Amino acid sequence: MKSMNRFSLLLSPFVLLATLSGSMVQAAVQLQGAGATFPYPLYSKWFSEFQKKSGVEINYQSIGSGGGINQLLKGTVDFGASDAPMTDQELAKSPTKIVHIPTVLGAVVLAYNLPEVKVPLKLSSEIVAELFSGKVQKWNDAKIAALNPGVVLPSTALLPVYRADGSGTTAIFTDYLAKVSPEFKSSVGSGKSVKWPTGLGGKGNEGVTGVIKQTPGAIGYVELVYAESNKMAVAQLKNSAGQFVMPTLESVTAAALGALKTMPADYRVSITNAEGKKAYPISGFTYLLVQKSGKGPKQQAIKDLLKWTVTEGQKMAPALSYAPLPQELASKIQSTIQGIQVE
Amino acid sequence: MKADRIFIQILRAAAGVSLLILAAFFIQMFWSSLPALRAAGMSFFSGTDWDPNQDVFGAGAFIYGTLVSSLLALLIAVPISVATALCLTEIFPAKIAGVISFLVEMLAAIPSVVFGLWGVFVLSPLLRSSVQPFLSERFSWIPLFSGPPLGIGMMSAGVILAIMITPTLTALAREVFLSIPTLQREAAQALGATRWETIWIAVLKNAKSGLWGAIILGWGRALGETMAVTMVIGNRPQISASLFAPAQTLAAVLANEYAEATSDLHLSALSALGFTLLLVSTIIHLGAKFWIRRGRES
Repeated sequence: MKSMNRFSLLLSPFVLLATLSGSMVQAAVQLQGAGATFPYPLYSKWFSEFQKKSGVEINYQSIGSGGGINQLLKGTVDFGASDAPMTDQELAKSPTKIVHIPTVLGAVVLAYNLPEVKVPLKLSSEIVAELFSGKVQKWNDAKIAALNPGVVLPSTALLPVYRADGSGTTAIFTDYLAKVSPEFKSSVGSGKSVKWPTGLGGKGNEGVTGVIKQTPGAIGYVELVYAESNKMAVAQLKNSAGQFVMPTLESVTAAALGALKTMPADYRVSITNAEGKKAYPISGFTYLLVQKSGKGPKQQAIKDLLKWTVTEGQKMAPALSYAPLPQELASKIQSTIQGIQVE
Repeated sequence: MKADRIFIQILRAAAGVSLLILAAFFIQMFWSSLPALRAAGMSFFSGTDWDPNQDVFGAGAFIYGTLVSSLLALLIAVPISVATALCLTEIFPAKIAGVISFLVEMLAAIPSVVFGLWGVFVLSPLLRSSVQPFLSERFSWIPLFSGPPLGIGMMSAGVILAIMITPTLTALAREVFLSIPTLQREAAQALGATRWETIWIAVLKNAKSGLWGAIILGWGRALGETMAVTMVIGNRPQISASLFAPAQTLAAVLANEYAEATSDLHLSALSALGFTLLLVSTIIHLGAKFWIRRGRES
């Protein structure tokens, strides 16, 4: 009996602490999110800024787009994040209605290792599809030379490098290739993991970057942010208007603008090979996925957060190498956010 | 007496837990693999096409890549490890041996992602620019050394794995050698054996079954290694005779595709890869045990 008393006396400060912190948690809203790794650097900046402003604490786990969708469907997170929009089958698995909110844009760039070539190479969609199908063996191929008059191309063997891990980057890139090349569509298809006919696979952006940097003659696809921070040589691509365009934040935003006319109400659309003279052809949205209607302070916090990301948040995007949404689209998205219900 | 009985029950329970975990693993893995195994049948193990887009799943190339990369690792690591362990126990004075075995064990503490990065930025370029061209010029008539030297590929994976299992193998081999009574060595020397003969007769011959055990443990580690391998192997599901060519292993595909897989059949096929890996390691373990026992009896 005596030892029991001593024991409870020992515990009492902890009990007090537990009740105190319990009441503190109740005061602040906490949101759990999971999904895409691509926007993670921006999201962590956004969420910490938003917490300073609103007091809402957001835990975001960058476990990958597929994982984010799975967690959202299981109901273990308050919001998901994905680089590719959810498919009809995935949406059918959800008991509640899910809304896609585009937050920023990213681009996939073709980075290569040709020390002899000093100017950015020009490539067309047909050539890129052929490169990644193993139909072009050497860099001084006549088709590449025809696009790059005045550039002396080496006879180095061409080595395509792809992402070995399932990724939204591969999804956007293969979506583009399937759109521009019927042959690629039927032989390889598009998706997060595809069966590449040729080349080497690197794990993650860093793996692909590593292989390209170490292998003369290699060409691979990585996220724009990654190519910029690693100072890699990247190719200009011929867009649907016939212009050669460098991947920049402006040309990526221009792609979203070009796709605005045909934008469906739920934003589930691919904007690869978009219209517009300035549009960079391998661009894509990244989305936050939320419930159309929900209860209480959590849903209100999500609504506030979304509103903030398409207005204030957009200003922080360029500094971190993410392309902001075009103004016209941002206002359209704001009205979609208004439609999110808080019960 | 009562305490004795309780103690024995606790021991039994502890032993049972690991058995239970293994059984649970097998059942769970098999259960979640069923949809994919049913869809593909035996071609899941023999097929070499892996195309999640078309729902075609064949693990043949991954099984090949797993076995060849780990065997290549053993081929490199076993002689080095045994020689190192012999130096440590038979030749070097205790002080130097202590320092060297500490350094070898430090290798085991390096995270595998660091090995992987080192593989991408140091080892593969070295293989591509010097080792592979050398082999290619002289031995290109051997299919093992044919094709363009890419650096990244089966050879890189084998070498990285060899470095990673060397500390395990060395430490185990050293323990095996140390367990051999000094009396055996003295007996050999008393009969007029030279140092080399002593090592051969008294140490290596006695250590045979222990060494096999060490090799099997090292092999197990090489079979399941994921991160470092996927960074240097080139991740191509293909069966090629050339060590320069890219390949792929079971563990690497599993790690690469699991996070982003959403289709049910794809997820099930990935579970089936895990099940296959479990199966391959089990077969190797049991086979090795059987072999060692037979060797001992005869």
